[in-house]
Amino acid sequence: MKKYSNKSVSDELFNPESPIFGIQLTYDSIESQIKHLKSMLVIRYAEEKIANEIIAGNVKCPCHLGIGQEAIAVGVSAFLRKSDSVFGAHRSHSHFLALNNDPYSLFAEVLGRIDGCSHGMGGSMHLIDKDNGFYGSVPIVGATIPIAVGAGFAHKMEKSTNLSVTYFGDGATEEGVFHESLNLAKINELPVLFICENNLFASHMHILERQPTYSTVRYAKAHNVQSLLVDGNDLAAVYNATKIATDYIRSGNGPFYIEFVTYRWKGHVGPSDDNDVGLLRNEVLEIWKKRDPIKRLINSLKTSQSILESEFGLIDSEIKKFIEESWEKAKVSEYPSKDFLYNNTYSN
Amino acid sequence: MEKINYSKGILDGFEYLLTNHEEVFVLGQGLWSPWYVGASMTDLDKKYGKSRIIDSPVSELATTGAGVGAAILGKRPIIVHPRIDFMLLAVDQIVTQAAKWRNMFGGKSSAPITIRGMVNRGGEQGAQHSQSLHSWFAHIPGLKVVMPSSANDARDLLIASVLSDDPVLYIDDRWLYDCSEELKEIDKTPLSLQKPKVVRLGNDITLVSCSYTTKLCLDAALELEKSGISVEVIDLRVINPLDYDSIINSVNKTGRICSVDGCWQNCGLAGEILAGVTERIDLRLLKTNPKRITLPDSPAPTSKVLEDLYYINSSNIVNYIKSIFL
Ligand SMILES: Cc1ncc(C[n+]2csc(CCOP(=O)(O)OP(=O)(O)O)c2C)c(N)n1
Ligand SMILES: [Mg+2]
Repeated sequence: MKKYSNKSVSDELFNPESPIFGIQLTYDSIESQIKHLKSMLVIRYAEEKIANEIIAGNVKCPCHLGIGQEAIAVGVSAFLRKSDSVFGAHRSHSHFLALNNDPYSLFAEVLGRIDGCSHGMGGSMHLIDKDNGFYGSVPIVGATIPIAVGAGFAHKMEKSTNLSVTYFGDGATEEGVFHESLNLAKINELPVLFICENNLFASHMHILERQPTYSTVRYAKAHNVQSLLVDGNDLAAVYNATKIATDYIRSGNGPFYIEFVTYRWKGHVGPSDDNDVGLLRNEVLEIWKKRDPIKRLINSLKTSQSILESEFGLIDSEIKKFIEESWEKAKVSEYPSKDFLYNNTYSN
Repeated sequence: MEKINYSKGILDGFEYLLTNHEEVFVLGQGLWSPWYVGASMTDLDKKYGKSRIIDSPVSELATTGAGVGAAILGKRPIIVHPRIDFMLLAVDQIVTQAAKWRNMFGGKSSAPITIRGMVNRGGEQGAQHSQSLHSWFAHIPGLKVVMPSSANDARDLLIASVLSDDPVLYIDDRWLYDCSEELKEIDKTPLSLQKPKVVRLGNDITLVSCSYTTKLCLDAALELEKSGISVEVIDLRVINPLDYDSIINSVNKTGRICSVDGCWQNCGLAGEILAGVTERIDLRLLKTNPKRITLPDSPAPTSKVLEDLYYINSSNIVNYIKSIFL
């Protein structure tokens, strides 16, 4: 791990050893907090399930797991409407589930089955659920950033207060199209929410091997786009930042950029920890795990006695059961027919 | 007998170039990765240093353009794209810059960059991690396109590509990485003299292919031998510019031609081969209609069950040929 030289306040966010604060539970009602907790647990257990099924040899498609990053999608989605348009990338299980709570159609998709959200034609890297505002995730880095800008054009032309969201990683900010998109969105004052999930890595490369600083908000500043740099493992911080950003955008002020600092627990792709391959992450993974966004929320809820141990136990086992049942059902969905291969390329 | 596999062939090509040509450097994604792009670049960074083996940000367009610039100034850069699909972000630099540079400046300058694009498909990766697209690039005057099918060729054609004074797109195929053959001495024939090769002699039909489809054709030829059908296989190796001599000679002998290609059909390499051949021969010699075997004209699916239908395998070739003879 590189040293934390020239420390600034924002750099502290990238230091896994900086103090871990409790979650400020004033951010929303207790009912909402329990809902957010459940949503994060669904994402966590769904991805753990997928990880185990990859190991068991039952899932073949490449899966990029976002375990450790759940608070971002859940906090952001709290402010999204079904009429908004959300776009993801290769690591988008959380973005999808935070909007629809539908592990069944995710599971069927990673199994390549007809009941999958893309009828089994996409796999983990190509998810869609238009009914819930999820317009698609694709694994070409940066590809959905300009697409979300185009969705922003559509929303603006319709004079609605809807907005588009593009989720991308720190690596995507290295593609030229990211910079073009920020400028295009700003000069047209489009309702686009740029969400950078900075997990410090793009595949095997640490951010400081690829960029001169930890944070990417400087790019937003360069394009005069409003921005915030936020702890992505703190649900209340994610929630509050998204509230500010979505209020700003829906009031017609143009685009907004939020960088959420987080960390992925798994390897770039697949179920392993990556610890066996000698990456920089070795020593710090365990430290980052102490910043687990789910545990942080649970601890704060328990400390404030908003939730009792027994209540939590009930929620936890209910969700585990939900995940297992969804998987069992997905397993028996059929494969897509040949027709999807040969007669699915054009609309007619 | 010492053996060499395809990924080792590539690695040996890099080592030869980096050892003997100080103007060679490598830039692209995955070069310091513990996986070393499928073991085809293992430890080059340790051996030749991180100032010559440069892993990069996720910036295909900038790295490729930088390769063009360095090449213009006399370096011999190899720009690595671990997937052709990712390389598409750099198409302007490949097609509109590098490929034009010599001609539009009246021969006063050139951009002898080598771009290594890997084909990596299957494994339920889906439509955006499966493309081949060599036909597209072979359409571009000024861009040489090289597609080795064997381990020794993977090495020798990489060396010839980098030492060539023109921009070259070198395409290797992950499905060939474990294929091995007898190790041969490095063949230093320059790229301008590298031509299609007859890789198996036969009398009844000519199969024309490149890269992975050459392996399929050779497998099919072995199988058909059991039924007494004698198949000649021509491995294209360099698909732009295309040299027809060996293909014409072969078709004149066999009177039958089938081109097999891992790209889509419409406006593809397989059709180009058939057009080029039928223009050049006396059509009365043909005993059967020319035939092409390609991918269906649709994006790659995800499910294994559909992938099995989608990708060409040697039994597609065997079945077609049996349908003519048996
Ligand atoms: C255009 C393109 N280049 C390279 C890749 C290979 N690739 C897939 S994910 C990835 C890393 C992306 O990092 P980041 O944007 O930070 O997202 P993260 O994986 O950390 O979620 C790379 C290089 C790709 N899929 N597309
Ligand atoms: Mg990242």
